[in-house]
Amino acid sequence: MLGLERKDTLLLIAVAFITLFAPIILNPFPAGSALAQFNAGYPDLMQRFVIFGIFAIGFNILFGLTGYLSFGHAAFLGIGSYSAVWMFKLLSMNVIPAILLSIVMAGLFALVIGFVSLRRSGIYFSILTLAFAQMSYNLAYSVLTPITNGETGLQLTLSDPRILDGDTGGGLPVTSLFGAEMRETTTLFIGPWSWDFSVGYYFCAVLMLLAFYLSVRIFRSPFGMMLRAVKSNQQRMNYTGLNTRPYTLAAFVISGMYAGLAGGLLAAMDPLAGADRMQWTASGEVVLMTILGGAGTLIGPVLGAGFIKYFENIFSKINDGILHQWFAFMPDGLENVMVALIHPFIGKGWHLTLGIMFMLVVIFLPGGLVEGAQRTGRMFRRRDRNADHVESDAARQRAAAE
Amino acid sequence: MDAILIQILNGLDKGSAYALIALGLTLIFGTLGVVNFAHGALFMIGAFCAVTLQKILTLSVTTIDPERTDFLGNPMKVQTPYVENWFGPELGAAIIDWAVPLAILLAIPVMVLVGFVMERGLIKHFYKRPHADQILVTFGLAIVLQEVIKYFYGANPIPTPAPSAFKGSLDIGVWLGFDPYSIIYPYWRLVYFFFAGIIIAGVFAFLQFTTFGMVVRAGMADRETVGLLGIDIDKRFTLMFGLAAAVAGLAGVMYTPILSPNYHMGMDFLVLSFVVVVVGGMGSLPGAVLAGFLLGILQSFASMNEVKSLLPGIDQIIIYLVAIVILLTRPRGLMGRRGVMED
Repeated sequence: MLGLERKDTLLLIAVAFITLFAPIILNPFPAGSALAQFNAGYPDLMQRFVIFGIFAIGFNILFGLTGYLSFGHAAFLGIGSYSAVWMFKLLSMNVIPAILLSIVMAGLFALVIGFVSLRRSGIYFSILTLAFAQMSYNLAYSVLTPITNGETGLQLTLSDPRILDGDTGGGLPVTSLFGAEMRETTTLFIGPWSWDFSVGYYFCAVLMLLAFYLSVRIFRSPFGMMLRAVKSNQQRMNYTGLNTRPYTLAAFVISGMYAGLAGGLLAAMDPLAGADRMQWTASGEVVLMTILGGAGTLIGPVLGAGFIKYFENIFSKINDGILHQWFAFMPDGLENVMVALIHPFIGKGWHLTLGIMFMLVVIFLPGGLVEGAQRTGRMFRRRDRNADHVESDAARQRAAAE
Repeated sequence: MDAILIQILNGLDKGSAYALIALGLTLIFGTLGVVNFAHGALFMIGAFCAVTLQKILTLSVTTIDPERTDFLGNPMKVQTPYVENWFGPELGAAIIDWAVPLAILLAIPVMVLVGFVMERGLIKHFYKRPHADQILVTFGLAIVLQEVIKYFYGANPIPTPAPSAFKGSLDIGVWLGFDPYSIIYPYWRLVYFFFAGIIIAGVFAFLQFTTFGMVVRAGMADRETVGLLGIDIDKRFTLMFGLAAAVAGLAGVMYTPILSPNYHMGMDFLVLSFVVVVVGGMGSLPGAVLAGFLLGILQSFASMNEVKSLLPGIDQIIIYLVAIVILLTRPRGLMGRRGVMED
């Protein structure tokens, strides 16, 4: 279906199912129950899941396929956000032109930066991309203030021209898709459960499905094969008389455009763009997401993005009071010891948990969460099949994952 | 002329810090072939050694002084640091005053130990893995170290003053025949520069003039042959990792009066130090030192008002701009060797 093999079609359908029913799946606990704080089904967080999913999918096309580790991808995210907000300010609050412009602008910047950076490989490439991203960040903070509004960040104002939109009647307008406001949310109550269905989330989700489909096609295309060959041995490619640079540049631009799309969507959900979106820690974050999920796999980056954003929002909200509730069944002394032990890892300390988890993944599971899932899957299967079946099965799985 | 001189001087202290961190990075990369993203965290841990020592020295005992009263008329509570009780008020106060330089004594064993544990516990297992994996695992380690420090010391910068003997500034202009007060330079920055010079000279002398250093240099050039000669090169390289960690830590200790330590200072310096290493040439020790000072001085020149009015924003991007130009025109950096990181 859609030019995909059966396995990929199934994967796409599974992803589509999960994203479309995410408001229900991510809210498994009734509102008001003790576990309700683990619910991730509110629009703001779900939008982050899919937007950073897009960002990571794009990064994976570059890093997962070609092995070029860019440490400056957040620059394109920031450029996308700034372009989108400018479109909202100048043209219209409709999100379509804003997102188109952010993709195009990010693509143009990626073309220039990629053209220069891809002349080197390995750590030199990482440092070059890092240098470009830090330059954009520093410039956005200082000299480019007329365009980026410096530290305050670019915002909508009442005096913006917005040529296509008429008079908005005083208040600040909101982003919309042909009249459907992005922030519009319908809440469905069934028994104790409540589910939020928001226009913004579904808009992002559909775009993420498109982005995901496109990345599957790229992975399975001759072009994707070429990129993988660059990763395994670029020198040999050059010796066979093939110029690899156009391929790597194309991959760089595509992943830059994905980042631009993600940045545009961030601005479409909340029309505000700040320079800190371009900082190198933001670039580091997308690297974390991709590796944590599994670089070079189709679904890994999306998983990684969801995982990190979930932790960032949910884990950081747990505080000592909640911990005391959980361990209330223990004797008092033990309860306090447990809370004191867990305290550094929650709330503001969630970065510590993230860092430890990330290290464990890099050390023990270089293939990320996807490899972890495959290993557990294999462990269960080994029990009822004989050895050589397992081997061939594992080989097939590995091939499917790549 | 004096304006140029003052910018060179201003660049020296930052340049010294870059050079010291880049020197350690290059030592690790040249010996073990590992790209250490946690090196900035080592710099930060060094700085927090100074903070810790300052805290320990100012641990106080509270006594009630019946002769004086506070504003409510109650007997006044007086806090006396233990060191003042033990060594007498004058010597005790002097020890507290000199907390930052004394922290060097604390930092050397701590940093060597941290370096040992890091190398034996984690990095040893990553020699055979790709550079990307090394970058990622040390990046993760940097996050963890940073968060641990944040947990114990909080997120705010902690002021750690220089000894009062080094407060104030030196009027260098008078010596050189300029008008008084045309070139003034804080004492501590001068101290930092000389300190960095001594450390750099020490490291080079150690590598150049000792048998140990000779073996290490031989190992950097051809690890396998040195191993075949029956020398346990791994053990020596582990020691070099400890040394590199100590260099980064000492750079951090002495930098605390210039910049109050906070938990993310390591990351801030790391990014620039990597640029410095790459500009100097991966694996070249003199290159790292040269590039460190060069970029520090360039940065201070770019922040002159005359330059800024000509090219707005140049002070923010000069280092990266130079790095890009050098990487594209001299692919191995200023003094890089052939065949390093070129696979």
